[in-house]
Amino acid sequence: MMNFKQFALGTAVALGVGLSGAMTPAAQAQDSNYVPLLTYRTGPFAASGIHIANGMHDYLKMLNERDGGIGGVKLELEECETGYNAQKGVECYEATKGKGALVYNPYSTGITLQLIPKAGVDKIPVLSMGYGLSAAADGTTFPWVFNVPDTYWDGASVVIKYIGEQEGGLENLKGKKIGYIFLDAGYGREPIPLLEQLAEKYGFELLQYPVGVKEMQNQSSQWLNVRRDRPDYMVMWGWGAMNPTAIKEAVKIRYPMEKFIGVWWSAGDDDAAAGGEGAKGYKAMNFSGVGRDFPALDDIEKYVVGAGLSSTDAETIGGTLYNRGVLNSVIIAEGIRTAQELTGKKVITGEDMRMGLEALNLDEARLKELGLEGFAHPMKVTCEDHAGSNPVFIQEWNGKKWQQASGWIEPMTDLVRPLLEQAAAEYAEKNAPWPKRTEPCPN
Amino acid sequence: MLYDIFIDPFVQMYDMPDFFLQVLWEGFVAGILYALIALGFVLIFKASGVFNFAQGIMVVFAGLTLVGLNENGIPAYLALALTIVAMGVLAYGVERVVMRPLVNQPDIILLMATIGLTYFLIGFGEFVFGGEPKQMITEQLGLPTGSTAIEMGERGLIILQHIDIAAAVIAVIMVTALGIFFNKTRIGRALRAVADDHQAALSVGISLNQIWAIVWFAAGLVALATGIMWGARSDVSFALEIVAFKALPVLILGGFTSIPGAIVGGLIIGFGEKIGELYWGGLVGGGIESWLAYIIALIFLLFRPQGLFGERIIERI
Amino acid sequence: MFYREAGQFKTSYKADQALMPILQDRVGLTVILLIAFVAIPAFANDFFLTSIMIPFLVFSLAAIGLNVLTGFCGQLSLGTGAFMGVGAYAAYKLTTIFPDANVIVMVLLSGIFSAAIGAVFGLPSLRIKGLYLAVTTLAAQFFLEWCFIRIPWLYNYNASGAIEVPHREAFGVVVSGAEATPIVRYFIVLCITVAIAYLMANVLRGRIGRSWMMIRDMDIAAELMGIRPLQTKLMAFAVSSYICGVAGAMMVFFWLNAAEPSSYSISLSFQILFMVILGGLGSLGGAFMGAAFIWILPVFLKFIPGTLGIDVAAETVEHVTFMIVGALIIFFLIVEPHGFARLWQIGKQKLRVWPFPY
Repeated sequence: MMNFKQFALGTAVALGVGLSGAMTPAAQAQDSNYVPLLTYRTGPFAASGIHIANGMHDYLKMLNERDGGIGGVKLELEECETGYNAQKGVECYEATKGKGALVYNPYSTGITLQLIPKAGVDKIPVLSMGYGLSAAADGTTFPWVFNVPDTYWDGASVVIKYIGEQEGGLENLKGKKIGYIFLDAGYGREPIPLLEQLAEKYGFELLQYPVGVKEMQNQSSQWLNVRRDRPDYMVMWGWGAMNPTAIKEAVKIRYPMEKFIGVWWSAGDDDAAAGGEGAKGYKAMNFSGVGRDFPALDDIEKYVVGAGLSSTDAETIGGTLYNRGVLNSVIIAEGIRTAQELTGKKVITGEDMRMGLEALNLDEARLKELGLEGFAHPMKVTCEDHAGSNPVFIQEWNGKKWQQASGWIEPMTDLVRPLLEQAAAEYAEKNAPWPKRTEPCPN
Repeated sequence: MLYDIFIDPFVQMYDMPDFFLQVLWEGFVAGILYALIALGFVLIFKASGVFNFAQGIMVVFAGLTLVGLNENGIPAYLALALTIVAMGVLAYGVERVVMRPLVNQPDIILLMATIGLTYFLIGFGEFVFGGEPKQMITEQLGLPTGSTAIEMGERGLIILQHIDIAAAVIAVIMVTALGIFFNKTRIGRALRAVADDHQAALSVGISLNQIWAIVWFAAGLVALATGIMWGARSDVSFALEIVAFKALPVLILGGFTSIPGAIVGGLIIGFGEKIGELYWGGLVGGGIESWLAYIIALIFLLFRPQGLFGERIIERI
Repeated sequence: MFYREAGQFKTSYKADQALMPILQDRVGLTVILLIAFVAIPAFANDFFLTSIMIPFLVFSLAAIGLNVLTGFCGQLSLGTGAFMGVGAYAAYKLTTIFPDANVIVMVLLSGIFSAAIGAVFGLPSLRIKGLYLAVTTLAAQFFLEWCFIRIPWLYNYNASGAIEVPHREAFGVVVSGAEATPIVRYFIVLCITVAIAYLMANVLRGRIGRSWMMIRDMDIAAELMGIRPLQTKLMAFAVSSYICGVAGAMMVFFWLNAAEPSSYSISLSFQILFMVILGGLGSLGGAFMGAAFIWILPVFLKFIPGTLGIDVAAETVEHVTFMIVGALIIFFLIVEPHGFARLWQIGKQKLRVWPFPY
């Protein structure tokens, strides 16, 4: 036993020595643009996170392989595993920011909230595409945070608008019951203020069914409550393991699926498939292309997945969440390209990237050029508006795959925008002294 | 306020009997599954005094192995057989690598070792089969998937999932089989002897190591059954791990060493938390399910520290 | 040879009862403190400070807190994470109610709230012990976590449900919020941790600490000898929760900058418990060693393959890290159930007799 203990002691000492030597930062690469990807392929949210991570990684990798990067400069990609855990996310941020990171995509509202105050200090923009803090759409208060193409509040207003259409007009919502089942975290709670406001305005009753992060896979109580309350429509803000479980439970209590609408993050193919035949008719919002009939996706298959440069399963290309990841990378890539044009530099910094994102203009012609015609609604970022409040469509699960079920629906911008600005002002006040915007507008 | 707490819930129960019965059924099913996890704990605690924290992860690991093997093209029943083999290997490995060197250590060290095992199994399971949740192969295993609705005349209907009924039946079969095994077979008696007194058991020629490997294997089988049942209700993923914590209050209620206690405790917790959540939870904003079971157990402990069926704790200086 | 106390004579009781009667210990500690206060601030980069040193110190403090309860008083607790959370939310409320007060004072005061709550959840310990008690502390963990989610007053009705640390200045420098430099935060965390560790080292060898140890070793015997179990156990719960609460408040104020309820979940409780067990139950130095091991090893495993130029997928690293940490925990428990503190003692013995084996 004594030898064993000596061995253990030796291990401990060796480890200590190893650690002290290993903590020197990596040398900064000067001939490439460095994009860290905070992803999660483990933990309870891996089911959704894996597809997003694959999509983000593959598109940027494809640009490297096909075009040799952007503007002739290669992209240096590095994935850092966060596990959807805010602590690990911050750790990834601290570890990668020194290497000249251009932009962060946290894919977690919790991590986004932690990075928002840091972004302005470290001069690295945060791109929270369709998630994060809704109020960050106000570019004058949050110059370093972008949430194109939509905020959660835009999304919530689209859902209500769509339900109104189904009922033959928003005025018919009076007296209806709309259930809201959500992940009980920053993410799921974000739309509540707007939903409450809309409930007051249109006279419907909002019933809330929070699902704790721990209880994600055990939602029978929430759905029993749904069965008792019999809401006319159900709206879901779910993520990870919550989605398939919720859809299964809805099928189980025989809730009419065509009246069950998810946010764009509850739109995964695996999520809906979990409900089997019974899930037919389940709907979800979406703002990125359905299916895989896009030339850019073919290129990904040809240059990246086919070449064995990715861990993506070729069958999952074109899935809703995979395409979402691709769209995210399109925005990053276009941001870099715009920044290169604006500054004339090839290798850019976080500050240049911010300008690039703020001048982002992804119009139809550009989408076509990228081989992504109709993949997303054209989007444009301005100094004041970092979200753009772009239209969203509704897709429907036909038992096998997703199909577009509506045209582009405009959010209730007139209602959402003042609320966004008010929320931004409140945020700045709560976090006083919040730094004033010092960055000039590029356009 | 007082009306909401003391009268309104009962009025609701009376007004909507179909809903009340449905709640009871859900509580029953949840209770059965908690009881199955608790059963695994009890088996190991009885024979070795180890509080096996890894039981929850063994449930996930067993389910994941089964589904993962099937995904790689192995037919369902063969995958099931291979998973049983894997649980056997795991049991042997745990006995050989973890349990044997830690004989006679204090409880807390053994507890920590099983938490270490939990970490290892999480990493290993995800490493081999990937981290994303997987669909349980319910149909391929010949388990029922449909549901039956029982009409209650004018009063509404109750929906029973066939898989839940199967879970209940399997739980009953398993408990009966374990009962027979413990009481009637030679190994079962040896197990009880070990549970009573390690040294006395050793001195009459019972091999502790063999017994431990067997209980861990039995616990592995219980974990597999639990994994299939729970996996069929939701998906097989490591998020299930947290559900396994619910087995702890069940154990407190039932006592760490009693198999019937695990079943009864499981049912009390299952009924208690569903009824509590649906009829009283709304008063405080809902979601009380996450802690109600622990509070029930805590209050219970204050009056009966050894659990419902546990052996009386007698302490001497 | 290197660690020989022979020849160090004490000429007064005071010298004999000093915290560190041996010269080598005093020298060693001085060197460590010099490294911590001078060398690290002078040479470390931001990543080292924010992702390694600050969390390490915060976790060390939390491990000291749990060690008081579990290591010295023998009460197993799985609610550490929640008690840390109470400290964090209390500090957040305090600093938003009194925005002009010194935030460091607020952090230290916040521990009082978690001490009170810890004492309440310690009440069952009078009737229950061992694993049963562990389960009742789980009740505290899950109940408090639920409170952090469902009582919006605690997070000032933020839509996000998270607490975000506001910008605060003290002594003319920014100490919290995004603009606070890592070096300032490091110094605050270091000072608080060292001060509390020093305080506890003295409390533990005094009357209070000894009465805790009596309760741990045999509570019935301790009661017969005049130790009142109610006061002693509750005091252990209160002191332990106070320290954990301060650690939790520092965690959000000087490290994370924002926290969600899930930051204080059950996995944090386990993490701290690991640190205590691996470091060595009933040893203050062990708490530091355990924290270093459990916190730094995964960071090390995560970022090393990248710096060495080995291309491994991020998720593989994560999975392998889990496996290695799990396996090492079991390994160290088998090799030395009394933790690193005992290994250190063995090491000292080796140094003492070197170059001879005995």
